[in-house]
Amino acid sequence: MKNPYLPYPVRIDEIITETEDRNLKTFKFVFVNPEDEEKFSYTPGQFAELSVAGKGEIPIGIASSPTEKGFVKFTVNKVGLVTSHLHNMKEGDVMGIRGPMGNWYPWEEMEGRNVVIIGGGFAFTTLRSGIVYMLHPDNRPKFKDIIVVYGARNPGMLLYKDELAEWEKRDDMEMHITVDGTDDPDWKYNVGFVPAITEEKITSADDAVAIVCGPPIVIKLMQPVLEKLKFPPERIILSLEKCMKCGIGICGRCNLGEQYVCKDGPVFSMAQLKELPPE
Amino acid sequence: MSNKMFSKEEWGTALEGLRDSCRIFVPVKDGDFHSFVPFENGTVPDFDLKNSRLSPKSVVYPQSERMFEYNLDPDDPEANVLKEAPKEYLPQAIVGIRPCDAHAFQIVKLNFDNPEYSDPYWVRRFESTVLVGLGCNEPCSTCFCTSVGGGPFSEKGLDALLFDLGERVLAKGLTEKGDEFLENAEVGKEADESILKEAEGLGSSASDKITTDIPTDRLKEKVVNELFGASFWEDVAFACLNCGTCTYLCPTCWCFDIQDEVMGKQGDRIRNWDSCMFPLFTLEGSGHNPRSNKFQRVRQRFMHKLKYYVDKYDNGVQCSGCGRCVRYCPVNIDIRQVAELMNEYETESA
Ligand SMILES: Cc1cc2nc3c(=O)[nH]c(=O)nc-3n(C[C@H](O)[C@H](O)[C@H](O)COP(=O)(O)OP(=O)(O)OC[C@H]3O[C@@H](n4cnc5c(N)ncnc54)[C@H](O)[C@@H]3O)c2cc1C
Ligand code: SF4
Ligand code: FES
Repeated sequence: MKNPYLPYPVRIDEIITETEDRNLKTFKFVFVNPEDEEKFSYTPGQFAELSVAGKGEIPIGIASSPTEKGFVKFTVNKVGLVTSHLHNMKEGDVMGIRGPMGNWYPWEEMEGRNVVIIGGGFAFTTLRSGIVYMLHPDNRPKFKDIIVVYGARNPGMLLYKDELAEWEKRDDMEMHITVDGTDDPDWKYNVGFVPAITEEKITSADDAVAIVCGPPIVIKLMQPVLEKLKFPPERIILSLEKCMKCGIGICGRCNLGEQYVCKDGPVFSMAQLKELPPE
Repeated sequence: MSNKMFSKEEWGTALEGLRDSCRIFVPVKDGDFHSFVPFENGTVPDFDLKNSRLSPKSVVYPQSERMFEYNLDPDDPEANVLKEAPKEYLPQAIVGIRPCDAHAFQIVKLNFDNPEYSDPYWVRRFESTVLVGLGCNEPCSTCFCTSVGGGPFSEKGLDALLFDLGERVLAKGLTEKGDEFLENAEVGKEADESILKEAEGLGSSASDKITTDIPTDRLKEKVVNELFGASFWEDVAFACLNCGTCTYLCPTCWCFDIQDEVMGKQGDRIRNWDSCMFPLFTLEGSGHNPRSNKFQRVRQRFMHKLKYYVDKYDNGVQCSGCGRCVRYCPVNIDIRQVAELMNEYETESA
């Protein structure tokens, strides 16, 4: 019988410090057993349990895209036991990942439509996965306009800065980078909170799906903005966070009503969430 | 299916002998209470019980279980790689399990063995376990199994059922597993008509003794968010101490935590029963806790059992009516009353 709790061993191939405050690091893993890479076949929006022997497991969104081969990437914010330990690990160290878990962004529904991506803070990870996936030459024709609004507290807190700069230059997508504030006189992009910038830059919900990821406050403030733009609740897509352990809908920790965020989510539409207890 | 009858003395001898065929768990008197323990030399089974204080769920789903082991020795090429903790799933039997507790395994099976994932520990141990029930001649005042699809002599989820007929014991095989188990008994005779009749009478008179009738028929039709927002939760939870007794004693509570434990360079990943009654259950790294108030946790417990489970599986409520939480809650919070509140709930005007 297959044991769904057993992680695949992985080696840390590269660690990138993403933000000025050094609280966010991206870990690039390669599978110790190359055949495991295929078994870990994922879709943007899914997450995995990162497993550190002696410390435990944590659910983290997959930041790489399945179009990127040979590795998987995760960006981890340092908060408690496991994340702090992870931040002290070195390239070459062996740990584990278990997954992929949960559902994904509704790619089929988004095909043939405009895609509006809205990210606040470090919840940009699986959105990066989605953007890289859509920009792949095999996939780009499947989507109409791609518009991204991404904000952080200040320029030093933005993730994936090199990629952001590249995306800015592309003419097959629209990027709106913003920061809450900055004292950098050379700052070329927007200043303002994500909801305000969204209201300013996005003009229509026609034939568009919006994916929103961010801290609870951003999600809350985005709602009236998207409603004003006339996004129907079915086309507002959110990714939720809850405490998790098993990641496969068995341990009972992450329920939202009868749904398990780890298995039936983490991706839900606003329409689905309206039917579930507001926890 | 085979039916065997024994004199009380023969039954004792039979049980002794059955220990050769598998590991047997039996109820024993343990201070003021009963508990299920492995039947070893010197163990004195006591079938004259109401029910054990702790349900025998731990025989299939231990309170603490090693899942993986690993070593952290940097000189070991396999360091930090998790390996399955060695386990044997030897045949075992719970003899004297009450029908409600056997029914409970059927209720939780939908969680541990679902179409997408099977929990290998639970499933393998469940499959290697024979459930030999003991019908309840004298149900307790807190029992309400008949309200939730069971009964004092319900065969649901059992492999065999024992009838205590005073001088004699009737053992009814209900599944192949149960028959096989009884076959191994070296004493006892094929049951005759008269004992079967007597057993039937015992069954129906026991059912009649359960007078509590908890309505659960309307739970399914309720709107989940209306029940969730009902005004009675603060009242229901008022006296709760969040001690977790109810969830630990419950045969249908299945939530667990996964933890790593390290001794020197050796480590284990283990899982432990957990409880939604504890604030830590949902405390996030950021300090945010979606269930920081006790009424939210109490609401989760009852909503899970009486609404979410009902909606998710269409298999009735997640409760087998054993009454343990009613009997042992230090502040007398009573699931029967809460079920009634929920079942009778009418939308409140805003
Ligand atoms: C679907 C999903 C995707 C996530 N993606 C990311 C991501 O891409 N990057 C990132 O930095 N963080 C992400 N998180 C949050 C991350 O899981 C927590 O910050 C992390 O578990 C904290 O672990 P800790 O051991 O450092 O903290 P501690 O406070 O010491 O936590 C102890 C344990 O509690 C549980 N836990 C605590 N907080 C959370 C939480 N917020 N969510 C889930 N479990 C928790 C974990 O099992 C953890 O091991 C995600 C959470 C979920 C549910
Ligand atoms: S046993 Fe009673 S007091 Fe203890 S957590 Fe359960 S409901 Fe609350
Ligand atoms: S994390 Fe175990 S049920 Fe979702």
